Amino acid sequence: MAVIEIRSLKKSYRVYQKQEGLAASLKSLFHRQYRDVHAVRGIDLDVHKGEFVAFLGPNGAGKTTTLKLLSGVITPTSGTAHVLGFVPWERENQYRRRFALVMGQKNQLWWDLPAQESFQLHQKIYCIEPGAFQRTKDELVDLLGVGALLGRPVRELSLGERMKMELIAALLHSPEVLFLDEPTIGLDVVAQHNIQKFLKHYQQLRGITILLTSHYMKDVAALCKRVVIIAGGRIVHDGSLAAVIDRFSDYKVLTLQFADEQMPADLARFGEVLEVAAPRARIQVDRTEISRVLSAILSNYAIHDVSVEDPPLEEVIASVFAMSASPAQPGDAQAEHAADVAASAAK
Amino acid sequence: MIVRAQVWWTILQMCIAERLAYRGDFILGTTMRFLPIVTQIFLWTAVFASAQSDQMAGYSRNDVVAYYLLTMVARAFSSMPGLASGIATQIRDGQIKKFLIQPIDLIGFSLLARIGHKLVYYAIAIGPFAAVFYLCRGFFPGWPAGEVTAAFVASLVLSFLLGFFLESSLGLAGFWTLEISSLLFVYMLFNFFFSGHMFPLDIVPDPWRTAIEYLPLKYLAYFPAAIFLGKVPENRLWLEVGVEAAWVAFFIVLCRWLMHRGFNRYSGFGG
Repeated sequence: MAVIEIRSLKKSYRVYQKQEGLAASLKSLFHRQYRDVHAVRGIDLDVHKGEFVAFLGPNGAGKTTTLKLLSGVITPTSGTAHVLGFVPWERENQYRRRFALVMGQKNQLWWDLPAQESFQLHQKIYCIEPGAFQRTKDELVDLLGVGALLGRPVRELSLGERMKMELIAALLHSPEVLFLDEPTIGLDVVAQHNIQKFLKHYQQLRGITILLTSHYMKDVAALCKRVVIIAGGRIVHDGSLAAVIDRFSDYKVLTLQFADEQMPADLARFGEVLEVAAPRARIQVDRTEISRVLSAILSNYAIHDVSVEDPPLEEVIASVFAMSASPAQPGDAQAEHAADVAASAAK
Repeated sequence: MIVRAQVWWTILQMCIAERLAYRGDFILGTTMRFLPIVTQIFLWTAVFASAQSDQMAGYSRNDVVAYYLLTMVARAFSSMPGLASGIATQIRDGQIKKFLIQPIDLIGFSLLARIGHKLVYYAIAIGPFAAVFYLCRGFFPGWPAGEVTAAFVASLVLSFLLGFFLESSLGLAGFWTLEISSLLFVYMLFNFFFSGHMFPLDIVPDPWRTAIEYLPLKYLAYFPAAIFLGKVPENRLWLEVGVEAAWVAFFIVLCRWLMHRGFNRYSGFGG
């Protein structure tokens, strides 16, 4: 049985359309125009115990809205969802003691007090037995290497240190499901890497179910076997990361190291030339042509080294996003059409 | 029940610790609250001098000064600085989410936070309060009878609860309007005049006086002072305290209803 079951989940907002200028502002006092924004347009998804799933999509695609629905922050317009057998937006305490939500842009710790005081509050509100609390806290503090910072007011911590404390606070009650909304946003490369390492280790150790949204493909590549791409409020891909590249990328990058004086002048006949720095060249070749091109080059030229690679993940994902919703207007017809195009491209 | 009490105790301790985090602001804010009463004493002394009368609507100069000192005590219980605007800000910037995600009640938490802040305030302010009352003891007619004192204490506790739930309800209106500063301005204006903060409500002529009687605001400042000064007839004392308790119950229900409805219409603003 799936830990998370989502069926035809929809969420629409009615938002005020503010026109530009003073006259429009005065007019809006008497008559306001509203627009329906369809943030989530009917999602079906099953996530099983122990899965680490990445939720990808451009800004305004509906990722965070879905996480808010699953954590009970907001109520859907229609559709159903069950997490651990609970309906999230009924906000039963039994459910709230079994999941956690960490938002990279939101601080849930007490700003003026040391994090350890927030941890103690969590112990009480989640009814964590003192021995278990101490063990879990020590384990998490050790894994994240923040022992020296526990007594420092949260406001005096760096962004990376704060995020580590947020993760500890979220995991103290040993949640079975963890929702992570851009946990590495704004962090430097080292801090990102540390958080990734921790999440990977912790998920393997505890076998918890994690749903992650992130714009950093390195997070996704390092952590998630399964990727769900959402665009314009609809799921346009659900599968492995490798399958994203297979489905949405129609070329590969061929890197060739020619023997001295052997480099052909007409490389363009094999594909789009990306870079030439004799005796090395990089060519973008259609996936269906790769074996033919490779065989032609190898049989006609002396090659010292060759490699065939997929295009960078960021590039593939960006092209999927480009096919999908416009970030500025996720509720409009154009966005809907674009999402449909992306969805049919995935089929 | 014991577990719940432990949660409340931890929250209370943390709120006290948080209140003490900014010492300078706290001490300045606490001590400066005595300045308005000094200006009121000078103002009413001047008013009585210019009126060339010992009495004004049944109040002597001493009565008026005693009244203001007592409303200062009542307001130390009923005023809730930053409560409504704080709740509205949490709604607008998304901080309110933690009360939807974590197994903790927004109103219960806010109440404990406010009790924590008040306890710290009373602990520090009791010295200056005692000094002011000692220096102004001549303005008071004397200590009231035991039953009246009990009703006075009950009215203070109820005024705290009334102030809390009333202002929390205003803050929760933020689920509908997001920005409540104008609503708060109107409320503070009405509060200033109709709670008895500005002047004793006895001096207001009818029909305004009758209208004020039906509002809950008089319990925030006027009512405890009126009990202490013997302005409430003894045969109506507990009836009036009962009406105050009924207002508290009404705002508890309103507050809960607004929170429930607000959570269901919440759009998760602020990321």
